[in-house]
Amino acid sequence: MSVNRRDFIKGAAGGGAALATAAVVSVPSPAQARPNLEMSPNAVGLLYDSTLCVGCKACVAGCKEANGLPADVNTDDALWDTPLDIGPKTYNVIKLYADGTADHKDQEKDGFAFIKKSCMHCVDPSCVSVCPVSAMTKDKQTGIVGYNADICIGCRYCVASCPFGVPQSEFDTPTPKIRKCEMCRHRQAEGKIPACAEVCPTGATIFGPLTAITEEINRRRAMKAGEANVFERRTLGSGDTHERPAAQYVNHVYGETEVGGTQFRHMAGVPFDKLGYPNLREKSFASESEGIQHTLYKGLIAPALVLGGLVWAAKRASHIDDEHPEE
Amino acid sequence: MAGFHNEHEPLGGSILSKTTIICGILAFIAVVLLAKRMVLGLGAVTNLNNGYPWGLWIVYDVVIGTAFACGGYAMAVLTYILNKGEYHPLVRPALLASCFGYTLGGISIVFDLGRWWNAWHILVPGYMQTNSVMFEVALCVMAYILVLWVEFAPTLLTRFKLLHLRKKLDRVLFVFIALGVLLPSMHQSSLGTLLVVMGYQIHELWQTPILPLLFLMSAITMGFSIVVFEALLGAGGFHRSVRHEMPQLGKLAAIIRTMMIVYLVVRFGDLAVRGALGAIFTSGIKSVMFLIEIALFATPVVLFSSPSKRASKKFLWIGACCLLLAGALYRLDAFLVAYQTGAGWSYFPSVQELLVTIGIIAAEILLYIVFVRKFPVFYTHKLTPAELAAAHTK
Ligand code: SF4
Ligand code: SF4
Repeated sequence: MSVNRRDFIKGAAGGGAALATAAVVSVPSPAQARPNLEMSPNAVGLLYDSTLCVGCKACVAGCKEANGLPADVNTDDALWDTPLDIGPKTYNVIKLYADGTADHKDQEKDGFAFIKKSCMHCVDPSCVSVCPVSAMTKDKQTGIVGYNADICIGCRYCVASCPFGVPQSEFDTPTPKIRKCEMCRHRQAEGKIPACAEVCPTGATIFGPLTAITEEINRRRAMKAGEANVFERRTLGSGDTHERPAAQYVNHVYGETEVGGTQFRHMAGVPFDKLGYPNLREKSFASESEGIQHTLYKGLIAPALVLGGLVWAAKRASHIDDEHPEE
Repeated sequence: MAGFHNEHEPLGGSILSKTTIICGILAFIAVVLLAKRMVLGLGAVTNLNNGYPWGLWIVYDVVIGTAFACGGYAMAVLTYILNKGEYHPLVRPALLASCFGYTLGGISIVFDLGRWWNAWHILVPGYMQTNSVMFEVALCVMAYILVLWVEFAPTLLTRFKLLHLRKKLDRVLFVFIALGVLLPSMHQSSLGTLLVVMGYQIHELWQTPILPLLFLMSAITMGFSIVVFEALLGAGGFHRSVRHEMPQLGKLAAIIRTMMIVYLVVRFGDLAVRGALGAIFTSGIKSVMFLIEIALFATPVVLFSSPSKRASKKFLWIGACCLLLAGALYRLDAFLVAYQTGAGWSYFPSVQELLVTIGIIAAEILLYIVFVRKFPVFYTHKLTPAELAAAHTK
């Protein structure tokens, strides 16, 4: 058993090369991250206009009825359905922003404003990207982000990853489901519109194809504050209208660019960070993570190459078997 | 490998001891609590909530636990891939600990899954979702648990005198050894990638596109450290001399030191590139945790720079412990401390949750003790390190 120096160097170099390959393929370059996903031309969505909202919460109640959700009781007398935020029992809520004397609607200082929270139906959703078993899916046509409990394994990666904290799990049952707004896809299948838009008395929440919603947003952007304008209820093109003076919008439509865009858009008179909406970059988080993942594992080519090197190295190390007789 | 099997012997001795009885009781408590979780749901046992949907069971039992179980992986890299036969005596005990660490980690994931009865969907082609980092981790971990047991099988086959099977297995074992290096490289890095998609929800001191690299490097180093840790612990616990193994443990310490220097350079380089260095001192409790983590990572670098300390059991022990704590804290920080999920949410594991984790650790220790006493795991040192090295480099 003599140590052959040349063989040794060759050997160590071989093993080192296999490891080096492994190391190199595991350092992804951000340039290889995929671009954000594009929105389907047939995407549908919702527009919430905070300046039209009167805070009646008809949408919260309508949603509960349409989705068979239980009361979310948070007071001692247990007589009120008082959801504090979205959760497994509540798919959408209306919150209130108030500052100082809270005298003026849609004003940041000494004013107040309403804001709605529910699933944003992201164009490039994290929840869909992370789900290991395709229980969270994005409809190729409508773009609705839906959930199928029969497939879900309950890993809660969707809960952890959503940048808006939307999907939420039940914890008080041995058979927990993930709960979130699915844009009333069961109603849409019957030709109806989402319940929140259906019941909204002021048209603060309206439903429509994203093409129409984008046009409507542009129309409202061009409005002069204080001038009378016509607003539709329920859905764009419903013909069910009312007239009122336009408010002063902030120069930011939430959901146009955030994490690659969302199919639920928000307009408001108060900056969105005041309304509990995070400042988010345009690049979707899903694209970054998938970029890394696919750089490493695309077609399993890199792992196969590395495995080849490792098998070779391990085989070489196993030749010593022959040196030792079996017992 | 095969040629050396006759060089391993069971330690023998009684299984019943204070340690094993306590471990048994703790493991039993965990079983009871897990039964409760199955009947009443996760909320009855854990403090999990929708702001912190992943808690101790994911972060300790899976993320940290499998990194602690990287001994088999790290030693396989060194012994078989870099072909350093002198480390051979350390392989089998490391492999055994890895088997239990991974197997129990894998089992504990099932209890954390809300809808565990659907878990097989991961293996159904129509459901598989290859964009998901979790999918890749799950598949790799499952495969690696199998590979680990195949790698360990020679020990079992020898014990049960199934030598014809052993011979057959020996011929293909190198394929499993290769897989046993590839699979952990994949999922230990991917455990870091899991967090990338959380974007701004992970504090900037930890969130980076090179999370996979940092996780992989620290996992391998934790693997080497656990080998040092276990060898010294085994020496104390089983009154077994580590005299023969000390030179190799010292060399492992030198490797740990080098890897940690690289790790720290990469870690701080990344912070600098991302312009996040300022956050080191301005992030409140997160700064404190970060600094403790870095201090723990840096301790073995300092300690193991001195050859005399590398030859001292005491300093080897301290250095290995610091590094293991550092790696564990890094994972805990990245997954829980750095996770900022919005106002109003908080999480600290419940007593029952902690007891389950403690019970799982106890079960690992118990199984390890039983196995090294009953199976040929430890090396008997009939061959000198020089002979071993020569055999490998032939
Ligand atoms: S808001 Fe959250 S749950 Fe809704 S589509 Fe986006 S990532 Fe998914
Ligand atoms: S909890 Fe269910 S829906 Fe959410 S990521 Fe896991 S498997 Fe998918």
